[in-house]
Amino acid sequence: MWTTIEQIFPYAIIYTIPLLITALGGLFSERSGVVNIGLEGLMVVGAFAGAFTSFKLQESYANEGWVPWVGLLVAVLAGVLFSLLHAFASINLSADQVISGTAINMIAGAITIFMARNMTGSGNIRVSGFSPFDMDWKWLPLSDIPIIGPLIFTKTYWTTWLILLILALSSFLLYKTAFGLRLRACGEHPHAAEAAGVNVKRMRYIGVMISGAFSGLGGAIIIMTYAGEFTGSVAGLGFLALAALIFGQWRPLGVLAATLFFGIATTVANVSQVIPSLAVIPPIVLKVFPYAVTLLALIVFSKSSRAPKAAGEPYDVGKR
Amino acid sequence: MKNNLIISLCAVAFGLLAGAVLMLATGHNPASGYSYLFEGGLKNPERIGNTLATATPLIFSGLAVAFAFRTGLFNIGVAGQLLVGGFVASVVGLNLDLPQVLLLPAMLIAGALGGALWAVVPGLLKARFNVHEVVSSIMMNWIGFWAVYYGVQSFIKNPSSETESMPLPDAATLKASWLSDLFDGSFINLGLMLAIVVVLAVAFVINRTTFGYELKAVGHNRDAAEYAGITVNRSIVYSMAISGAIAGLGGVALYAGNASNIQIGILPSQGFDGIAVSLLGANHPLGVLLSAIFFGLLYSGRGFMNAMTDIPPEIADSIIAIIIYFAATSILVERLIRWAIRRRANAKLNAAQEGKGK
Repeated sequence: MWTTIEQIFPYAIIYTIPLLITALGGLFSERSGVVNIGLEGLMVVGAFAGAFTSFKLQESYANEGWVPWVGLLVAVLAGVLFSLLHAFASINLSADQVISGTAINMIAGAITIFMARNMTGSGNIRVSGFSPFDMDWKWLPLSDIPIIGPLIFTKTYWTTWLILLILALSSFLLYKTAFGLRLRACGEHPHAAEAAGVNVKRMRYIGVMISGAFSGLGGAIIIMTYAGEFTGSVAGLGFLALAALIFGQWRPLGVLAATLFFGIATTVANVSQVIPSLAVIPPIVLKVFPYAVTLLALIVFSKSSRAPKAAGEPYDVGKR
Repeated sequence: MKNNLIISLCAVAFGLLAGAVLMLATGHNPASGYSYLFEGGLKNPERIGNTLATATPLIFSGLAVAFAFRTGLFNIGVAGQLLVGGFVASVVGLNLDLPQVLLLPAMLIAGALGGALWAVVPGLLKARFNVHEVVSSIMMNWIGFWAVYYGVQSFIKNPSSETESMPLPDAATLKASWLSDLFDGSFINLGLMLAIVVVLAVAFVINRTTFGYELKAVGHNRDAAEYAGITVNRSIVYSMAISGAIAGLGGVALYAGNASNIQIGILPSQGFDGIAVSLLGANHPLGVLLSAIFFGLLYSGRGFMNAMTDIPPEIADSIIAIIIYFAATSILVERLIRWAIRRRANAKLNAAQEGKGK
């Protein structure tokens, strides 16, 4: 049993990380008052931008360690640029945010494959991303720590630690700084925030752009860690991140717990066939499990939901 | 109504324009691209038939989305409802030994029930627990995806293929040889007739019945509807169930009309396109019919265009997606129209005043 957990857990973390950063991005957007159902599309854009950049750079700088990092950076920029479409529609034009987000998803899915096909014909872009490593340095043998060593510090990626750092910083930013307070105020009561001198539209732009940056990063991390290839979709992870955001009740640590749950549940379902103790459970049960639990969680939290009150509503200055 | 038409036409124009820019940017000739795209969908009776057949599932999915929209609900779970409806109908079609006149209605009922079941869950959650239907129907999509994935393998697996269901016998499909012959061997089928019947039925229910009026009232203003004595929660559940049933019928048209079996591991893209169809059609049944045929044309012609010009077929998806973005931001167009009207009025006023001054 323990060896099974030891085997599965590093993969669960690898799978969790893109989900976590994307959900965290969604948290910024929704906390500022803009529902962003376009996370899926923003991830696809990031995945494409990252894969495209690495692919081009690899032609002249094969096997250079910095190439995937540049890919991540470009993915972040692409995510921000693309999220502006959603920000413009939902903040300036008071468009229905769910529809605008759906349009983002459709545009991202279609245009990235269109461009990828122009490049490679098949529409798939193979890149060599990061390689996993064990944190077993002589001066700091972290992977030798009992219990958590094999779970957390083996087969790990630097991106995992980068994302956890971003999570910590985001938590600080949201709850310990004036900026965080203002951002959250815009999602709860924009008119009060405006009266207190906060520029609601600007805060919402920032919220949506952060969600674009983080989703782009998440999409690219998928390519650079476990996928290794851009195929035109991120298999519904953006929607799952959205569910994790609700499951985690719009709080950073809640989101961490929710995405880790999804990561573990999905990894277990994926490997169940090769692990004897799990193979007795019908695979459909394991596959459906995370989604069914989410539905249950939605019901349980429905009474005490902490959804940002103004999320999804266009900000109308004249409406009090 | 007239405004809606202008907005939709503007969105289409912008989408086609953006498509042309995309073609130019990737080094292709937009003029030849578009002429092959439309030729591919309309060149001869067979291609016209194929365009209509491609449009058929889109009519259903667009109607399903539009119906729920009218009650203020965003049914993003049409993909799962199509899949489940198609699956249930296929199970019935493969296992019941009935003459065609009885088998087809049985399959349609089964498909509608399957789709309705998948949609009523988010409806109930919304009515009873105020759970947002978007997230719950996305979850239902994935549950349906995996249920059908394993359901096909356990109940109706094709003995010669791991990834698809047994093909339905011709008697258990909506294929009709007279219709195919009429369009020179196209895969057009009775699904189209069914779709038109459903369009008319939905138009009638929404515009001419008390029930439809109640659903619309809930969509316009939930509190006012409640105050007027309409049972809002019941309306929500009914609206989702009917929306899902329409999607389920679309599943039958898709998997037992256009195709004759189910490929597992694919969530039908027609479900998400339904959102686009509904939006472009301004949530109006006839609008849905027209925009579905337009999208069917883009989808059906893209293969020919790809063969003749090397433009990737995803250009069609890109154009549709951009159209939807412009439809979603239609307020921009509305503002432009209003601005133009005001400018013209001002100009007239100024001219009149100047005339007086002299």
